[in-house]
Amino acid sequence: MSCQPGSVAVVGAAESTRIGAVPEMSQIMLHADAALNAMADAGLKPSDIDGLACVGPMMPQQIAHYLGITPHWVDGTGVGGCSFMLHVRHAVAAITAGYARTILITHGESGKSRINATPRPPEPESLAGQFEAPFGPYGPPTLFPIPVLRYMKATGTTHEHLAQVAVVQREWAAKNPRALFRDPVTIEDVLASRMVAYPFRLLQCCPVTDGGGALILTAAERATDFPSPPVYILGSGESVESTLISQMEDFTSSRAFRVAGPTALKMAGITHADVDHLMIYDAFAHLPLFGLEDLGFCQRGEAKDFLWDGHTRPGGRLPLNTNGGGLSYTHTGMYGMFALQESIRQVRGTAPAQVPDVNISVAHGVGGMFSSSGTIVFGRNRP
Amino acid sequence: MSKPPECDFPLPQADMRPFTGSKPKPTPETRHFWEGCRAGRLLLQRCRETGRAYFPPRPFSPFSGSRDVEIFAASGRATLYSYVIHHREVPGFTPPYAIAVVELEEGPRMMTNIAECPQTPEALILDMNLEVVFRPVDEEITLPLFRPAKEAR
Repeated sequence: MSCQPGSVAVVGAAESTRIGAVPEMSQIMLHADAALNAMADAGLKPSDIDGLACVGPMMPQQIAHYLGITPHWVDGTGVGGCSFMLHVRHAVAAITAGYARTILITHGESGKSRINATPRPPEPESLAGQFEAPFGPYGPPTLFPIPVLRYMKATGTTHEHLAQVAVVQREWAAKNPRALFRDPVTIEDVLASRMVAYPFRLLQCCPVTDGGGALILTAAERATDFPSPPVYILGSGESVESTLISQMEDFTSSRAFRVAGPTALKMAGITHADVDHLMIYDAFAHLPLFGLEDLGFCQRGEAKDFLWDGHTRPGGRLPLNTNGGGLSYTHTGMYGMFALQESIRQVRGTAPAQVPDVNISVAHGVGGMFSSSGTIVFGRNRP
Repeated sequence: MSKPPECDFPLPQADMRPFTGSKPKPTPETRHFWEGCRAGRLLLQRCRETGRAYFPPRPFSPFSGSRDVEIFAASGRATLYSYVIHHREVPGFTPPYAIAVVELEEGPRMMTNIAECPQTPEALILDMNLEVVFRPVDEEITLPLFRPAKEAR
């Protein structure tokens, strides 16, 4: 028994009713709101769901009971913002193995309003607490960009190149009424915005928002019985490296990316030329460059030129982060769910900034500070 | 205790004000490292099988899985591998301050702060030579920081 490309499909997908600032909902309700929307999209009720995945610890129990679901399969994998890519990959295996028939994956995060939000205590006994926290990091903006200067030196990438990432994503966001930031920006605007953690300025860092999203997966054999057209899962990959950015093996390339991305493409049996649309989790402006190179869309050091030449912008040959990305659309803290949602919308043909004829979309996720990665290849047709 | 050298980078631990940053809590596997810092020695571990040094501390080799490892004193020489300069106020730190990763002469990298150096891109040049300097926080904890190397290499 093995997971064949397209043997499992997404039959329900939705985000929370509102994203951005949602002070009227606690974190668990953002999970539930998104889940109810996804069930409505699929024409299902909680009693139809027999598998559940959400970011743990202890969350699957809370969400199952809150929604009234009795799961026969649960997954509480929590490896940061790409956990949902891993949930999808694990769900494909579970459905193939017969552990569950209809799996719900939920995300909710009160990242901005912080209503019953997950605390992130830096435990002083943890490796991060001993060997990083004493030196003054203060959340992802001070940690995630630490490799950037080394990457710039190794590849000849400039501040202007790294500003262009934010400029292009804002072009996509301008087409999306749900995006948090929609006003066009120039390279000059980006380089004049407030310095957060050199070399990155405010417009090169994601906002922190409230929101949620949910997916429903089932076997391809049943997938055409639902109201929305199925989006098939053709391939997937996952890996982890280290929670300590200081211990990242190569500051110019993510080992977890280099495992997850190629694994997913190989499983799908596709080449880079087959990819019509791409999402690369962009909590910060360097991530699309690392993703383009580590997934093999560009050679090492060439992502800056690929982006500069306009290939990822509206009308380009590889549309990238078409919802506006974490930088301009929304970023609850774990954005991976929103990258998946946009890939699914593009394959369904329902995205606000719809790319013509998306047959194959790749959604590539990262977990905090390059600690983890997950990649999903979606297809409109079952191979 | 003698007064630490004057420092352009006003780390609280340099002038012995109460440390308000995040203080590490040693575990059985890391206690030797922190005791070494308190004694003014940067202790690394080495895998006897491969001869390679590693960090952070653990009582087995990440290269081979072997428990046959030894503790040794590093030279304290390093180069500046990468960094950010944080511009927001954080408990225990006065912005702007650099959060750096250095590459030790023996191979491993570690996060640290760069002392006795302007916290600017112009002064913080990648691959510049650095040397370890120890800054006491309290009776138990001394942090290993790095400053521009005094002697030419």
